[in-house]
Formats: sequence, C-alpha cells, structure tokens
Amino acid sequence: MKNKYSILSLVKNAFSQHENWKQAWGDPEPKKEYEAIIIGGGGHGLATAYYLAKKHNMRNIAVLEKGWIGGGNTGRNTTIIRSNYLWDASAGLYDHALKIWENLSQELNYNIMFSQRGVMNLAHNLQDVRDLKRRTHANRLNGIDAVWLNTDQVKEFCPIINTSPDIRYPVLGGTLQRRAGTARHDAVAWGYARGADEMGVDIIQNCEVEGIKRNGDQVEGVETSKGFIKTKKIGVVAAGHSSVIANMAGLKLPLESKPLQALVSEPVKPIIDTVVMSNAVHAYVSQSDKGELVIGAGTDAYVSYTQRGSHDVVEGTLKAILELYPIFSRMKMLRQWGGIVDICPDASPIISKTNIKGLYFNCGWGTGGFKATPGSGDLFAHTIANDEPHKLNAAFNLNRFVSGDLVDEHGAAAVAH
Amino acid sequence: MFLINCPYCGERDQSEFSCGGEAHIVRPKQPTELSDDQWAEYLFMRKNIKGIQFERWNHAHGCRKWFNMVRDTSNDKIHAIYKMGEKPPVE
Repeated sequence: MKNKYSILSLVKNAFSQHENWKQAWGDPEPKKEYEAIIIGGGGHGLATAYYLAKKHNMRNIAVLEKGWIGGGNTGRNTTIIRSNYLWDASAGLYDHALKIWENLSQELNYNIMFSQRGVMNLAHNLQDVRDLKRRTHANRLNGIDAVWLNTDQVKEFCPIINTSPDIRYPVLGGTLQRRAGTARHDAVAWGYARGADEMGVDIIQNCEVEGIKRNGDQVEGVETSKGFIKTKKIGVVAAGHSSVIANMAGLKLPLESKPLQALVSEPVKPIIDTVVMSNAVHAYVSQSDKGELVIGAGTDAYVSYTQRGSHDVVEGTLKAILELYPIFSRMKMLRQWGGIVDICPDASPIISKTNIKGLYFNCGWGTGGFKATPGSGDLFAHTIANDEPHKLNAAFNLNRFVSGDLVDEHGAAAVAH
Repeated sequence: MFLINCPYCGERDQSEFSCGGEAHIVRPKQPTELSDDQWAEYLFMRKNIKGIQFERWNHAHGCRKWFNMVRDTSNDKIHAIYKMGEKPPVE
C-alpha cells in the first residue's frame, strides 16, 4: 500500500501539523474507454469497483458519480449492520456481508469504526413474539447468532427502555444479535474509494450519466455530462435512481423510489450502548460516537425523489421513541434528512444480470442497504466479472419476479415499512 | 408533505390520503391467457418516474374515495387531479 495509515504515519504527520497528508483518492478525467463502468459512487458502487480490481483483476474501470462519493444514501442512513434475516437466501447474503465487516478496517487500512454493539429487535404483541422467536430459530439454523430475551432481560440489556406493562405497546421481549452493530458510514465510502483508487480505478465525481448506448442487446457505453465513454460492461448501483438509469436503457424494474427519513439529536453523554429497533411502533435508535441519538423513521407511502420526506412520518416515530424512552422527552433534535430508497415488492434486493448483454443491476436494497455494503460489492463484482451470479446472490435475480420465486423479507426487515 | 385538493372534499393535508401507486395499469382482460412475463409486467414492473407521474390516490381518512393525480415526483408539485374514469389530461 502506497500510503499506509499507521501509528507511525500519524506521528510523522503530527510534526508537520498534519498538513502533508496525501489525497486519499484522485480526481481524474474520464478516459475514452473502460473495461467496465460502475454507475453510482456510493458504498455499494465503490465496493463493487474495489472487489472488481482486487479479486477479479479488472483495473481499467471507472466509477461515475453524479455528485460526490458517499453523498447519497451511504451518507444518509442510520449505519446499522445486522444479518438476522429470516430466509436462507437472505441469511446467506447478509451474513456474508457481516463477515467481511468484521475485518474490513484491517483490509482497507482505514478505520471504519465498526462497532459490534449488538442490535435488539423488540416485540410488542403476541404475533411479534411468535415471529421473532421463529426468526431466532431460523437464524441459528443458518449459523447466525440470535437469542430471545424476555422483558426483564430486555430491561437488563438496555435499562432506559420503558418496560412498564401499561404503555400502549408494552415490550413483551426481543431478539438480540450480538455480532450486529454499527459502522461509520462515510468512512466506508472513503475507505473503499481509497482502496479502489490505489489499484487504478478512476473515481469520477460530478459526472452524471445521461444515457446508455446500446447496439441491439449489447451495451456500448454511457453518455455522461463529461462526454461519451465506451464500455462493454455497465454495473448500475444507483439506489433510488435505479429506475431512472433503467429507463435510459429501455428497461423497467420492479421498484418504487420513496423518501426514507432519519434524524439526530443534540449530542449527549453515553446513554444507549446498543441499537434498539422496534417493528410494531416503528422506531429505532442508537447513539453515535459523537453522542447524538441516531433515529430512523419510516418511508413516505408514495413515490418521490425529493430527499425530504413528510413531517407526519417523523412525528409518528418520535411519539414511539418517547413512549419507549421517556428519558428522551426533553431532547432537542438537531438535524433531519431524507434519502431516496428503491423498494422491491418483496423487500429483497436485486443483484442481477439483465436481458441486455453487459448491463447489470445492483438495486432494490430499499430501507436496509447499508448493512450489506461489502457483501453486495463483492457479489456484484463477481456477477459482473463472470457474467454469472455467485451462489449467494443467485436467488436475488431479476427473473424472480417472473418465476414467482420471491424472497419475501417484509417481516424480517425488522421495521415495518 | 403537501396539500391535496380532493375532488370531493377540497384541500386537505396529504397525511389524510394514501397513495395507490401508478395509475392506468389495466387489469388483464383474460388472466388465464397471460404468460409469466406478462404477469410480472402487470404485477411488479413500474415506471417509477422521476418527473411527471400519473398515480392513484385514496382519501383514506376522509371520504374514502379514489381519484387520480398528476404529480411531479422530483418536487412533489401536483399538476392535476381528476376523478376515476375521467380521461387523463394530455399535456
């Protein structure tokens, strides 16, 4: 690695007032032609480029980003990482990612601040209890750590939760995945960008894709705001804008794009050292290293690309938060924002070839894509390089909407969207 | 978040309404004749347009009637509202 970050480099740079750190990735102009082009410079796109270069030796590739890297959903999510999904296909996919997360800081030589602080999912009614217990068993059969906690154990694990039986939606128990946790979302994009750049990947920011050129059923290149770029392989990782890119290629996807909101409070001293999610009342909360409460709200129930979201959605989430955590009643919220998420009818992603040769889609992550970033990049790189899916993403093909072999994870999304 | 002018009740907050998705997707006349591809198209594939989109809305917490709306999904501006069965505005 050219500029390895270490305690020694930190000390050395301290002597020059930290003014001589080299740029972590370059700012190249696009070449005329690439072996492959990734559309979308978020975590998933950068990870895809990183693994294409690292594991498949494709170095003449570019990542095109219309804004700045990590400026979309990668920088807008609530940074939760877990793999406690119900179905085998999902368990395989998300746990593959979790295993990569566990060593990612070392692999990238970049501190992504991965913190396995555990994720607890609460049950508020009898059906929740049954569903979550079933999921715990399914997880354990798939080798994913999961335990069921009764109400007292929930209280012991996270003492600030109101477990009184007379609240509107009392806590009847919960599941806990201890290997789950959080990571610093921006650092994930930056770490992958730095790693990919070092292997020769061109990361081209402020370069919007305006069209996809096809010759029959083979892609030939992309029209961009920086001119035409020739390529035989295009990997689209455009999240909320996947349908926009698909329309350029004359494709329709089973997606709807909706704003998903999150908000953070003013920073306070450490009060919650885990991630708590609640399906029934739709509230999830964790605390960032800066001390802010990080709160995830729901999606608006209509298609919109506005990156704002409605006030009533936030209001509903905060009502639930306050009932579960009365201690937060006098907290002030600092910032609120929205990101556009592309939701599949079965709440599972698409990592797939299409019927256009050389055009691949990695989309449909909906409200929970961040947790899968490394695994998604790895599997999508495999799919692009070999023109065949890896066995872990074979189930997540586009054709499942024709065959009916859906991976229905609506229940296991752990928050009802 | 926006206001919606319900054709039956007048202007109300959007939170009173629920969105029924893309409008003018015609239910297949002969379901038994459909191929799997055609079913997928009807059930799942959506235009998901960034820009002017035609969609169905229901005044769920009001008169509970359905109607159509033309909305710009890039800024949530509503361009037209028309009743079910009426022809969509052309422009």
